[in-house]
Amino acid sequence: MPVRDDDKSLRRTPLYDLHVTLGGKMVPFAGYDMPVQYPAGVLKEHLHTRSQAGLFDVSHMGQIALRPKSGKVEDAARALERLVPQDIVAIAPGRQRYAQFTNANGGLLDDLMVANFGDHLFLVVNAACKEEDEAHLRANLSETCIIDSLADRALIALQGPKAEASLAKLCAEAPAMTFMDAGPHVVAGLACFVSRSGYTGEDGFEISVPAADAERLARTLLDNPDVMPIGLGARDSLRLEAGLCLYGHDIDTETTPVEAALEWSVQKSRRTGGARAGGFPGAEKILAHFDHGASRRRVGLRTEGRAPVREGALLFADSAGGEPIGKVTSGGFGPSLNAPVAMGYVPTGLSALDTKLFAEVRGQRLPVTVAAMPFVKNTYKR
Amino acid sequence: MTTTLYTSDHEWLAIDGDVATVGITDYAQSQLGDVVFVELPKVGRSLKKAEAAAVVESVKAASDVYAPVTGEVLETNDALAAEPALVNSDAQAAAWFFKIRIADKSELGGLMDEAAYKAHTA
Repeated sequence: MPVRDDDKSLRRTPLYDLHVTLGGKMVPFAGYDMPVQYPAGVLKEHLHTRSQAGLFDVSHMGQIALRPKSGKVEDAARALERLVPQDIVAIAPGRQRYAQFTNANGGLLDDLMVANFGDHLFLVVNAACKEEDEAHLRANLSETCIIDSLADRALIALQGPKAEASLAKLCAEAPAMTFMDAGPHVVAGLACFVSRSGYTGEDGFEISVPAADAERLARTLLDNPDVMPIGLGARDSLRLEAGLCLYGHDIDTETTPVEAALEWSVQKSRRTGGARAGGFPGAEKILAHFDHGASRRRVGLRTEGRAPVREGALLFADSAGGEPIGKVTSGGFGPSLNAPVAMGYVPTGLSALDTKLFAEVRGQRLPVTVAAMPFVKNTYKR
Repeated sequence: MTTTLYTSDHEWLAIDGDVATVGITDYAQSQLGDVVFVELPKVGRSLKKAEAAAVVESVKAASDVYAPVTGEVLETNDALAAEPALVNSDAQAAAWFFKIRIADKSELGGLMDEAAYKAHTA
């Protein structure tokens, strides 16, 4: 049975008191005391997000402003391109893009969101990596940029088919935004940054709000009966069904963007033959993977039975004997599919859709099939 | 006349003669959350006390259920395969996991009665 961790060193987000009031079951996550679920439970929270709207506290994530000393956002964009394989220069004002910090071996230090706010870039990074990311930015971009840690802001995600209507009551501009639009907006009279994005596969928003106003905004959103508070448990099952990577599990310092099946996130301008090809850490290896392929690949996996195949399960080509050919990096039960779902790395030769493999669970080899991701169709407003 | 005893790992045993019906407690199911899969031992398997006998999977995680006593598995609850959520709705009755023939009744001495178990989970 899980044991409550009363570690006093855990940090709290500005919504901590609200989580406790709402009956959140608090657990340590990335150094924070976070709600893994509320009384409704993971299953109901997951399904409610897919059918109505869910509110997630993601204030533990890092928010960073990258301000160009020249005053020209393009200079910040060019500087950031030295650390990521994405085309940052091409992000139009009011738009956002998914990116990764790479290391010298072509592995991933973190994944992040980068938005162009007109005169500076706004970054959202993972909680567990935020100190390292900030140090990395300071060490490499301080000549051209002021790296401004926005530690006084909370981050609230509002996800699901009712997210737009819920936010529209507080921010008339919200419905006009499309997927990956991002910028400053007034929400319920508060100076917020709003992006139309998320981590569930659903249409929705992420709202950066001053910490002092976070609880008021969250309570106002939760006053709407369509909106339910959602814990980290459902956040994980939702992102898994959406086929989205969890840093430290599905991607890490040992995986390149090509191995991770994230080719779509690396624009042509940064690849071989592109206008600004290479020039990021590990470019040699990552571009070689683009040009010649990688030996392994992240794939989706479906099971035949109802037994979930979880992180760490070894994958085999045959029902008996032989060495493991790969490993599951995320896996669990997908409530919307009412079936187990998983993702993991396999040799590229065994990564084609419908390839039959076996996952070892408690000493037994269960048949699994390579399946397309996302497992649940996304509903982004393009 | 059956007696119900509890383990510190949150299993319950309803004892009738030399047969114990085993499940997980209501407290255990509330900690696990929504149960989505239960793996039960094979009928006829000999279990040693404290050996992993069954697995209960929630959306969040997999947890072992241990044999509370040594003995042979006599019967398992097929209803759990079709409806794992029974563990959440009726943990201490309809959602029993397996029946075991108690090999050594002296092993029952270390188990808790209801009052002691309540104190254990308080």
